[in-house]
Amino acid sequence: MKEQISIRDAIASDLDAVISLDQVGPNEEKPAYWSGVFDHYVHRDKNRLFLVAESDHSVVGFIIGEVRAWEFGSPPCGWVFALAVSPDARQMGIGQQMFDEISKRLKQVGVTTVRTMVNRDHKLALSFFRSLGLCTGKYIELEKQID
Amino acid sequence: MKLNKASLFALIAVLELASDTEQQLSTTDIAERHGISTHHLAKVMRNLVHEGLVQAVRGAGGGYRFSGNVKRTTLLDVIQLFETLESELDMPNQLNRNSNQIISELQSITNEIDELTKAVLDTITLATVLKNTQRRLGMMAALSATGS
Repeated sequence: MKEQISIRDAIASDLDAVISLDQVGPNEEKPAYWSGVFDHYVHRDKNRLFLVAESDHSVVGFIIGEVRAWEFGSPPCGWVFALAVSPDARQMGIGQQMFDEISKRLKQVGVTTVRTMVNRDHKLALSFFRSLGLCTGKYIELEKQID
Repeated sequence: MKLNKASLFALIAVLELASDTEQQLSTTDIAERHGISTHHLAKVMRNLVHEGLVQAVRGAGGGYRFSGNVKRTTLLDVIQLFETLESELDMPNQLNRNSNQIISELQSITNEIDELTKAVLDTITLATVLKNTQRRLGMMAALSATGS
């Protein structure tokens, strides 16, 4: 039987579950990083969105995004900067449900474009966003090692 | 980027078969459906079988069936069976020593382009292409229904 998934706003008590879902970054830095993210994105304003996916009272995924305006001359657009789904809950459409919900919320506050950035070696994440219709945008990320 | 004919025929065949993983189609079925050379496609199909992307089904009503993972196989997985997608500089054999640094810099630029091309092709799965194709067909149908 397909498990019921609900998407809701994150709350302060989701902190530990979110940290355990985070597969990126060094473990010792996660508590401080995520405390900061929770302070900044949980129930702040409608332009900052932090959603979690819940199945059987457990958090199995999260997505975070916000409206950013005029960075690099870009009109207001939605940025999704974090998304994770528990490895045990993948291929059930949870990532898509969370992305659809955050896109809906972003549209409600007036933006019509959503962006994200993914390491080009992270094939699974890139394939996921591609499958949702995202493609290379008008902005090119450039970087260099500082001597 | 220019895809060679074998890559293009392979993508057409694999996408056709992956659109319904239960179906079996012969080389002639696929070639006629897409107006491409049966002879050339037959060679491509043998290669796809050898690489495990399609399975040859023998006997009456036999043909080919998709045997890969439609949500995990990318365009690059198919293309790289037939070509490398590496840019080449058409350089003369005898290069002046003064040209070396220029050639090295040009090679690093073409490498950057190649890496980007591969990164795009390696993240678009067959399932995504099929979904987008269906969406395109739906849009065309809607347009013709409204008479625009």
